[in-house]
This record gives sequence, structure tokens and C-alpha cells, in this order.
Amino acid sequence: MTETLFIQHFGKEEARKISYYVEKMEGYTALKKAISLSQDEIIGEVKKANLRGRGGAGFPAGIKWGFIPKQSSKPKYFVCNADESEPGTFKDRDLMRYTPHLVLEGIIIGGYAIGSNTGYIYIRGEYTREAGLLQAAIDEAYEKGYLGKNILGSPFSFDITVHRGAGAYICGEETGLLNSLEGKRGEPRVKPPFPAQAGAFGGPTIVNNVETIASIPFIIRRGGDWFAKLGKLEKSGGTRLFGVSGHVKKPGLYELGSGSVTIRELIYDYCGGILDDRKLKAVIPGGSSAPVLTADEIDVVLDIEPLMKVGSMLGSAGIIVVNETFCVVKLLARMIKFYAHESCGQCTPCREGCQWMENIIERIEHGGGEERDLNLLLDIADNINGKTLCALGDAAAGPVMSFVKKFRSDFEQHIRGKKCPNA
Amino acid sequence: MQKLLSEAFYLEMKKLEPKYPTRLALLLPALHAAQKETSWLSPVILEEIAKYIGIHPAQVREVASFYTMYNLKPVGKYHLKICTNVACILRGAEHLVKYCEKKWNIQCGETTSDKKFTLMEEECLGACGTAPAMMVNDDYYENLSVEQLEALIERL
Ligand SMILES: Cc1cc2nc3c(=O)[nH]c(=O)nc-3n(C[C@H](O)[C@H](O)[C@H](O)COP(=O)(O)O)c2cc1C
Ligand code: FES
Repeated sequence: MTETLFIQHFGKEEARKISYYVEKMEGYTALKKAISLSQDEIIGEVKKANLRGRGGAGFPAGIKWGFIPKQSSKPKYFVCNADESEPGTFKDRDLMRYTPHLVLEGIIIGGYAIGSNTGYIYIRGEYTREAGLLQAAIDEAYEKGYLGKNILGSPFSFDITVHRGAGAYICGEETGLLNSLEGKRGEPRVKPPFPAQAGAFGGPTIVNNVETIASIPFIIRRGGDWFAKLGKLEKSGGTRLFGVSGHVKKPGLYELGSGSVTIRELIYDYCGGILDDRKLKAVIPGGSSAPVLTADEIDVVLDIEPLMKVGSMLGSAGIIVVNETFCVVKLLARMIKFYAHESCGQCTPCREGCQWMENIIERIEHGGGEERDLNLLLDIADNINGKTLCALGDAAAGPVMSFVKKFRSDFEQHIRGKKCPNA
Repeated sequence: MQKLLSEAFYLEMKKLEPKYPTRLALLLPALHAAQKETSWLSPVILEEIAKYIGIHPAQVREVASFYTMYNLKPVGKYHLKICTNVACILRGAEHLVKYCEKKWNIQCGETTSDKKFTLMEEECLGACGTAPAMMVNDDYYENLSVEQLEALIERL
């Protein structure tokens, strides 16, 4: 078994304190080391670590940091994406409430590496308590001189502000987030320019997920090579926090080396198998935006590349397990209601398409669907997919296409029987 | 115009001002801070915030209405938000919603006539591993059964 970085501290209230962090977790020693290194040396170490973004897209963090221009007339920003709103995802919350200093140390090192003096943590509004815990940790860090002016006697100064969102899934998308941070509606921006060129307040900006950032102190302390080897596949280093929810006996977080388990192993060896020993029906492997897999497809390794190869994605590593007792048409209807509600409305295909998909799936679920509705659904999804400013459109289209293709007979039963067969 | 927001609100905002390079960035924090005082954001409150930031009230409304957490209508003393997204619906969240709707004879989105409870269906709260999950005002309740919900409501 690989070593775990985070999970052994979860559930312990004392872990929040800076005293615990310093004594039990070698806290802030990575920061000390970092400020003795050059920016390029740090970025080089993060590149070697093969740290892939944990927010959903899996982009290599070191490469992203390398995009930040060395010289900039505008201030640079380092932003922590703590919006965590992808259905099925619940890992960042524990990182923030049990190991807040790990997140802070990661942000400070990231800020130093890109030449920024300002960090923001954009946290979803519902995490009021977690925002308070982060603020308490920030206060401790200022007091000890890990934040503020001339950190540890160096010329480097850095501030962190917690900025609360207010209930909008789209603010997890990095440019929607930046608009929201600036006091606007959280509508995603046209890219390019990418945030690394013009992000927060027009300055070069890095946006990274909480878990990505929490990995940084380990990489600096123990080296990129060490971190890379925690992963079992090439180009995918470190451990991952898998959040398993739905119909398993033991839902919750599991931390394992990247690429070290298949979905089947995770469900049966770690989560105790399927709830009530029923038959497995479906697995959504990467937050609700990831295309669904059937019970026959779960021998795939749970990591970025292997899931991509089978037409799904690891996304935020939120694994939703569905047994035979729950109607998949009803489940998809609920999922698409979410996307229709959360579409920001800027792009016509997404705004109109998600609404239509919701209506059609609901009518099928309630027995009012027609045979041609299935192809209509696929057609609408195809007209959204890849045709919008941000990936919310794809996130809604992917589930619809995969559910209709893989569970077509469930949909047909609803249509022909004019009701839900389970009802 | 007489100020409705307290001294404490303006002090808190003053402390936040140096943390952002623009004044507009104070808008979301201001809306949060105001709502904490007044429980909902009435048009006069939005106007007062607009004045503080230095923008038109329509701009404040435009932004505030984008976000579901800002109450642009009055809400009850206890604001129940029950997650019915994937993980929670798989774990029986619908029973929780039905229980409340029946008990209070209201629909999601409505407030009881005594203004004590507002019921809402919520999107994923980030507590899927301990589903079904619900918020009451700022607090989370997880792994919730109908019996526990019943007992909790009795205590409120
Ligand atoms: C609709 C949508 C919602 C997203 N929500 C989140 C989120 O809640 N948290 C997150 O970290 N990334 C989210 N992302 C991904 C971000 O846009 C971005 O890729 C990520 O924050 C980059 O950090 P990383 O490279 O460390 O993963 C979302 C993307 C989309 C398209
Ligand atoms: S689906 Fe309910 S908390 Fe995530």
C-alpha cells in the first residue's frame, strides 16, 4: 500500500491547529525550503512530480505555473479554487476543515513560485464553517510570520484572503470564478486570453484546486521524483482522494496512489461492496459530469488516461455508485435538472439545450415520452457538446449521451410501458 | 437616506477594502455581510450597498440575482435546504423533502405562514459521502433519516 498524505488527519479537530501542523506534519518546512530556491527550481520540481490538476481537467500543475510571464506590469494572483460544487465531490471540504495549513502553505509556495504577493481562496458560500476555519488558520499563520510582510525574514511578502461564493456551480469554472471574485456575475470568459495571461483583475493568474495545492508542500519537502512515484502510472503522480457515494456499503473518502486501483477494487475491496448486496447498475466515475459506465465496464483503472480511453473521465474523482433499485431515467432527469438550473445562460446551445433535455427526460420518466425522443435527446446533446464557451455544456451532454446509449432499453421500457417500470 | 446597515457592517467592509484592488470586488462580501444582519436583501438594502460600492442599484441586483444564496425575498427564521442531487437522491433525500412538505403543507421554495420555516431543494452540498445532507441556516446535517429530521425540527 502506498503512503497517504492527507486522510490520516481527517476527522481530527486538533489537526487544524498550527501547533499540530508544525509538530506532526513538518508544517511550513516546505515554505522555508521554497524561499531558498529560485522560482524556476520550484516549478521544475512540480513538473517532475507529475501533479495533475485535481479540480477536473487534470492539467499538469507545473506546466500551468510555467505559463505565467516572469515580467508583468500588472500584479499577479494565485487563486485557490475551493468552490467544490461538482455533484459527487466532497474532498476539498475535509482538506480545508482538517488540514487548512496544508492548503495555506501550498498557496504561499505557489505565490512565491509565480512571483505573486496576493492569494485568494474562493470558497463556495455554503461552506461557511470551513471559511471560518480557514480564516482562523490564516490568522495563526500571520501571527507566526508565515504570511504577511517579509515572510521568515525574506524579501517575499504574501497575503491570503478568503472570498466566499454565493451558490452557483458555474463559479467553479475558473473564469466564472474570476468574474465572481471581481464582484460580477459568475459568467465564464472567452478564452484566450487564459488566466495565466490575463486573469484576476487583468493580472496573470493561476487557479488551482484545493487538493492540487495541498500536494505542493509534500513535493517541495520530499522532491518531485518521490511524489511522482506515489502514482502507479506514467505522468500521473501522487495520491488521490476518491470520494465514493451512493449505493456502496461504506461511502466516504479513500486516499490511494494515482492509478493504483480499478473501479471494481475500490468498490468491493475498499467500500465493502454494493449496498444491500444488490446488483450493480451503473458507476459515474468523476463527478456527475463524467459519462456513465455500466457494471461490465468497471475493471478500468481509476485514473485520468485509462478513463479517457473508455470514453469517460476521472474529473474530480467523485465516484457515484448506483445499484439496480434506482431508476436510471429518474437519476438522469435529476442530474440534467441541475445543469439546466446552473447554466449561466450566456451560450444558447447550453441555455436552451439543457432545458430541453430536462423536459424531455422528465416526460420520458413520467411515461409521456415517444420513441423519437431518444434520438432527439442525442441530437440536442450533440448540438451542445463542444459548442459552448465553457465545459458546463459538455458536462450536461456527456451524461445524456452515455445514459441513453448504455441504458437505452430502460428508456424504451418507460416509453413503451408509458410509465416507470419501477413505479 | 437613512442607513439601515449597522456600524459593524461598515467597519467590517472597511477592513476588507485593502484586500482587493477594485471596489467592485467588495460586492459579494457586502451582500453576505448585509444578509447576515437583515436575513434578506430588500431593495432598500441593495440600494444602500450600491451607494457604498459606488455603482447603480441595478448592477447590484443584476449580480445578486445570479447567486442562489442571496435571499431577494423574505425567508423564515430557519432556512432548510435539502440536497436532492445525485448522491442524496440515491440515499433517500426525497423522503426528507416529502416529510417537510406534508408537515407544513408547503412546497419547496415556500415559507410557513408563521414565518418560521423556509423549505428549499438544494443542489449538491459537497457532503455526498454522508448523504442525504441538509443545511439549516449555516449548519450542515448529514446522514439524515426522516426520524432524525423530525426530531431536529421539534427542537427548532
Ligand atoms: C462547470 C465547471 C465547474 C467546475 N467546478 C470546479 C470546482 O468546483 N472546483 C475545482 O477545483 N475546479 C472546478 N472546475 C475546473 C476549473 O475550471 C479548473 O480547471 C480548475 O480549478 C483548475 O485547477 P486544477 O488544475 O488544480 O485542477 C470546474 C470546471 C467547469 C467547467
Ligand atoms: S449530492 Fe447531496 S451533498 Fe452531494
